[in-house]
Amino acid sequence: MSAIGAIIGRELRLSLRQGGDLLTLLVLFIGIGVLVPLAVGPDRALLARIAPGIIWIAALLAQLLIHDRLFRADHEDGSLLAFRHAGLPLEAIVGAKLVAHWITGGLPVIIAAPLMGVMLGLEPMTALAAVGVLVIGTPALTALVAISAAITVGLRRGGLVAPVLILPLTLPVLIFGTGALSASAMAAQGQAVLLLGALSLVSVAMAPFAAAAALKISGE
Amino acid sequence: MSATENRSGPPGLWTRIAHPGLFLGWSRHLVVPLALLCIALFAVGLYFAFPGSPADYQMGDTVRMMYVHVPSAWLSQFCYGVMCVSAIGTLVWRHPMADVSQKAAAPLGAAFTALALFTGSMWGRPTWGTFWEWDGRMTSTLILLFIYLGIVALWRAFDDQLKAARVIAVFTLVGAINIPIIKFSVDWWQTLHQPASVFRLDGPTIDTAMLVPLLVMTGAFSVLFLTLHLVGMRTEIGKRRVRSLQTALARAEGGAR
Repeated sequence: MSAIGAIIGRELRLSLRQGGDLLTLLVLFIGIGVLVPLAVGPDRALLARIAPGIIWIAALLAQLLIHDRLFRADHEDGSLLAFRHAGLPLEAIVGAKLVAHWITGGLPVIIAAPLMGVMLGLEPMTALAAVGVLVIGTPALTALVAISAAITVGLRRGGLVAPVLILPLTLPVLIFGTGALSASAMAAQGQAVLLLGALSLVSVAMAPFAAAAALKISGE
Repeated sequence: MSATENRSGPPGLWTRIAHPGLFLGWSRHLVVPLALLCIALFAVGLYFAFPGSPADYQMGDTVRMMYVHVPSAWLSQFCYGVMCVSAIGTLVWRHPMADVSQKAAAPLGAAFTALALFTGSMWGRPTWGTFWEWDGRMTSTLILLFIYLGIVALWRAFDDQLKAARVIAVFTLVGAINIPIIKFSVDWWQTLHQPASVFRLDGPTIDTAMLVPLLVMTGAFSVLFLTLHLVGMRTEIGKRRVRSLQTALARAEGGAR
């Protein structure tokens, strides 16, 4: 357990000391929120209706932007090879890295989401609900992004392929995530939240094994 | 131990199926008969589909779209099944034939999925009044198409094909979650697409006059897939041989200098 804690601590220290990343992530996330009203026009009713979708797309794009930093640096400097010979199984190490990645890549987006919701004309209560839904849904995004990042880690031209792989897998998250925030029937909202939670649980349970298998193959 | 056996006696059944060189030998004799069988099945199927079957009492002649739409949709999923089995073969036995089978199936699956989506939207326009609706089955089939395209893109991105096969096998198995979702999407979200009407516990709900052409066309499409898959695998093995010969040649030339 302390070893997992040590890895989480290492990842957090690495990403916090590099600085810049967190700011870039937030600027990109909010930037998309600014871009959409300028692109479709400042119609408040329309914006409020499509706001959940915009928040989710911005969250997904933010995850795509930072997918490279999950494994690439460790692959290049050889840390992954060292991890493979550690006392912990690689699956546990990947799980720990996922937790750290969610804290540095998912949590800032979640905290910034109400601000973006209000900018897009959501009711304050819905904007707060967005936080809850994102907390339930972003682990699935992080897990699926991790699988694609592990698959493309050995590719020199991997930058463009990873988003193509991630998109189809994350579509269900987007569908139910948006459904959980849309202003339709309450029953459908509850159902969407439950399905979103199920997606998160399944992908978080699966990701360490799939990503570790891909990393082992790429490291050979 | 098995190596000495192979050298002494005639090769066993599995060796004959799985050895790339022997595969090239016996599959050469299969391509033409399979192609002829495919043409014959298509001839019978198309006869039944056009003059040999009645028009639907509601949809009229547009029902004939079914004889292309349903087989290609079935193959879009069958092909993913082939890729999953091959992926397991790649990961468990690391067999080069499984790699080749995976690689040859991916573009075929993408083509059949695209065909299913295209005929579906052509059929949807006159009967449902819309080319496209974000219905459960259509969305999940579109996701399947994206997964196929992602796999094709991934194959192209790798230089080392041996490593590519195993990494892609992992992704293929992850993406397999989508297949049951497509299958049951019509039961979970009853929005627009009709539920299953051929493979049901209480027997098919289609009239025999339409079921026969549908089954013949499904057979024709399946044989078409088998033929194309076989040819694709043969081409891929040939490509790999050319590549390894070129590498050997380049190495020999480099050594001479």
